Amino acid sequence: MFGDYSLGDLGAIFAMQGFAGLILFSVYVLMALGLAVIFGQMGVINMAHGEFMILGAYVTYLCSTFFQTHLPGLFGIYFFVAMILAFLASGALGMIVEWTLIRHLYKRPLDTLLATWGLSLILQQSYRTIFGAREVGVELPSWLIGSVQVTDTIEVPINGLFVMAITTLITVGVGLLMYRSRFGQQVRAVMQNRPMAGAVGIDTEKVDRYTFGLGCGIAGIAGSAFTMIGSTGPTSGQLYIVDTFLIVVFGGAASLLGTIASAFSISQTQSTLEFFLSGSTAKVLTLLAVVGILMVRPQGLFTLKVRR
Amino acid sequence: MNAAILSSPIIGESPDAKDFLLSVEALTVSFDGFKAVNDVSFYVDPNEIRVIIGPNGAGKTTVLDLICGRTKASAGSIKFKGQELTKISESAIVQAGVGRKFQTPSIYDDLTVFENLEISFPRGRTVWGALTFKRDAEVRDRIHEVATMIFLKDQLKERAEFLSHGQKQWLEIGMLLIQDPELLMLDEPVAGMSVGERIKTAELLNQIIVGRSVLVIEHDMKFVEDIAHRVTVLHQGKVLSEGSMERVKNDPKVIEVYLGH
Amino acid sequence: MTSPVQTLSKSLTVNDNPFMKPMEWVSLALLAAFILIVLPATLDAFRLNLVGKYLTYAFVALGLVMCWGYAGILSLGQGVFFGLGGYCMAMYLKLEASSVENTKIQSTPGIPDFMDWNQITELPLMWKPFQSLPLTLILILAVPVFFAFVIGFAMFTRRVGGTYFAIITQAIAAILTILIVGQQGYTGGINGITDLRTLHGWDIRTDSAKFILYFLNGGLLIGCILAAQYVKKAKLGRILLAMRDKEDRVRFSGYSVAGFKVFAFCLAAGFAAIGGAMFTLQVGFMSPSFVGIVPSIEMVIYAAVGGRLSLFGAVWGTLLVNWAKTTFSESFPELWLFGLGALFIAVVLAFPNGLAGIYRSYVEPRLTRKVKALAPVGAPVPHGTPAE
Repeated sequence: MFGDYSLGDLGAIFAMQGFAGLILFSVYVLMALGLAVIFGQMGVINMAHGEFMILGAYVTYLCSTFFQTHLPGLFGIYFFVAMILAFLASGALGMIVEWTLIRHLYKRPLDTLLATWGLSLILQQSYRTIFGAREVGVELPSWLIGSVQVTDTIEVPINGLFVMAITTLITVGVGLLMYRSRFGQQVRAVMQNRPMAGAVGIDTEKVDRYTFGLGCGIAGIAGSAFTMIGSTGPTSGQLYIVDTFLIVVFGGAASLLGTIASAFSISQTQSTLEFFLSGSTAKVLTLLAVVGILMVRPQGLFTLKVRR
Repeated sequence: MNAAILSSPIIGESPDAKDFLLSVEALTVSFDGFKAVNDVSFYVDPNEIRVIIGPNGAGKTTVLDLICGRTKASAGSIKFKGQELTKISESAIVQAGVGRKFQTPSIYDDLTVFENLEISFPRGRTVWGALTFKRDAEVRDRIHEVATMIFLKDQLKERAEFLSHGQKQWLEIGMLLIQDPELLMLDEPVAGMSVGERIKTAELLNQIIVGRSVLVIEHDMKFVEDIAHRVTVLHQGKVLSEGSMERVKNDPKVIEVYLGH
Repeated sequence: MTSPVQTLSKSLTVNDNPFMKPMEWVSLALLAAFILIVLPATLDAFRLNLVGKYLTYAFVALGLVMCWGYAGILSLGQGVFFGLGGYCMAMYLKLEASSVENTKIQSTPGIPDFMDWNQITELPLMWKPFQSLPLTLILILAVPVFFAFVIGFAMFTRRVGGTYFAIITQAIAAILTILIVGQQGYTGGINGITDLRTLHGWDIRTDSAKFILYFLNGGLLIGCILAAQYVKKAKLGRILLAMRDKEDRVRFSGYSVAGFKVFAFCLAAGFAAIGGAMFTLQVGFMSPSFVGIVPSIEMVIYAAVGGRLSLFGAVWGTLLVNWAKTTFSESFPELWLFGLGALFIAVVLAFPNGLAGIYRSYVEPRLTRKVKALAPVGAPVPHGTPAE
């Protein structure tokens, strides 16, 4: 399959596909981060995670229209406002959901899965009712349009670079929050030994609620970033949910670094394959490889031997 | 019940390894570098009641986990009637004749006492066997026999969920008895029991010792004195002392661990 | 030592583990009468065919009761097995419909039309076995069950279960859908395999054929219920329940837990495959839209609504949900997804044992009271074994 290309061409293809893979990687990481927090730390499967992401995307869309009509002068920075609002909206919805639904089901993980699937259906239909079935896109501010010419054959789009910058920022932020802050310490304490954490004065229910909210909020930011590179429809979230779950599981559930490494390998494999094969074959091969590896090594890529 | 092993003496070191029912040698397991069990060796004779004691975290439960295959050993060997156990699956270990009772009563809440015992009946253990299993007179008689021994013959039709804590412990012991194992491992069988229940349990253990060996983890020293033929003391994953209860009690190292701080 | 015990056990030698309890026979009779008499007598040909289609999903729900309710293994990929069974059937029917005579306008006559459109000039190897009806009938069961065996064996011997297993099965459903859609030339792509006409020369599109197929479907369904009932009543059924709650205890009672899980998963796959094949026969096509994530998880809700531990409940649940779906999407299409979503949540939060649970805690006590009042000297009503 490499026959028709010269070596220089191949280099450029790999570089550009690699960059396309990096953008996919960014979206995957942002989605998977939220999921890794919820699934990895709480053991809860949130099937509505994609819909929380789409909520962020719709919030961003609303923001962009609002700025366009009411504050055109500030349009250049609307995205930052949108991102914060997306985080707050998804996070708040997440906390409500945790309080009304998830907390009753902590001992029944499979049932959580079904209930959150129900939630995702309701959210999808709500989006359809409110925003219509058609996909919506946001207007990019002028400074995000265009691309940077790296060499004669390689050019990279600015919005892609921007998404990657945001991803890096959020990832570092989440990492600091989980491993360096008091809140992160409490979260990990609750997950490791709930009764003990309760006994030393940690409000475990509150920690659960905030953890879930945090995971959903990050999904909201993912949705916000998602609008930079694609359009948003009521069911867009569902397209990513399986990939995201696989990433989290493949990375070894509880480890943030593992999640990032696994998102990287999956997105790079997929986007490189995509150039040479049809999109669907690339996706099938990637997913098959992941499922195959998980069957042989179910604990994921990055886990330690732990005492059962 | 089991005529295969009857003759060997209860106490006294036998020089020949194949006379032991269970020989654990240089057993070691580490979790992320932490050696929960470190170079542990001990030997159990046929028809012996051996009690393992030791402070919390000494590695007692881990030793049982290793013998029954729940945890895989990092090094060392476990021989049961000359067969190496560290290499075979949990179900094969059970079928070789090792029964294990867990610390918290582990029974099937949704099933009746009868059904709990029936599942443990050592027949029809394959998928096909379980599909074609017949509840015949042999099964019924054996279940009633065991239920009588474990003081539950009037509760056979009750859901296990509704038994008292002590009755649940007995039921699990019964589930092991019905397998007729040559080595029975019990993890704190009298924990949480009332005084009356303890006495009955000691009686039960002395009854079921016929034809088998029992390996018990227990904290209740009174109970240990009542039942133990020999005692092994574990401390920080190592064997600290071994011998009769009398000897172990007077061992300065043991006194140091239990009393001197 | 056994003498007092023997006398005791004699009093218990009455069959305390019958194949079905009286109430269960009644349930079976009610269900059979409803499916095989009431519905055919009251519905027109179109509606009856629609119910026939719903009932093919009931096979999947039945499998889920065994696999999820009993063994505790939630598969979110049952559409895979439904689809594989359905595709096997469809491939045979398609080949029969693509005789050289019927396809003489194609550039390569004698192969299915979609292959011709995709420039395939020879029947692919994987289609060859489906030229034979007996082989097809075997493959309808063998392919999905083998597939389930491979997945189950790989996962369960490595102690993967619970949510991990659910996610993996879901991913497999996604992969298979993408694969079928992507490989148009071999699978018919997104449209699926359509324009099916005859089964071994018998035209399946006529009203009378559909009528007969409906009864075949109903009969097979009741056959599967009886088979599942047999498994449930055998010691194996109790082992599945025991395993679900105390896996380690079962393992340390000398059972190889993985083997039993694989069996439950394969059984569910087999049921789903029969459903899929009957779907193809009655509806006249098979497409990837019955394979993927969404249909797979919807099939779980049928079992959940009926009651995850009740075989009859699974069938009633399937009928009810699908009836609601048809009614709502005809008159209030907007509301249906809200309703379905709410159903998922309500069943999990408020009625974890579904219709069967409601029946058992509210209806049955009253019924038995009435029965007792009618027959005061009758035998005591046996109290139900738990978790049926």
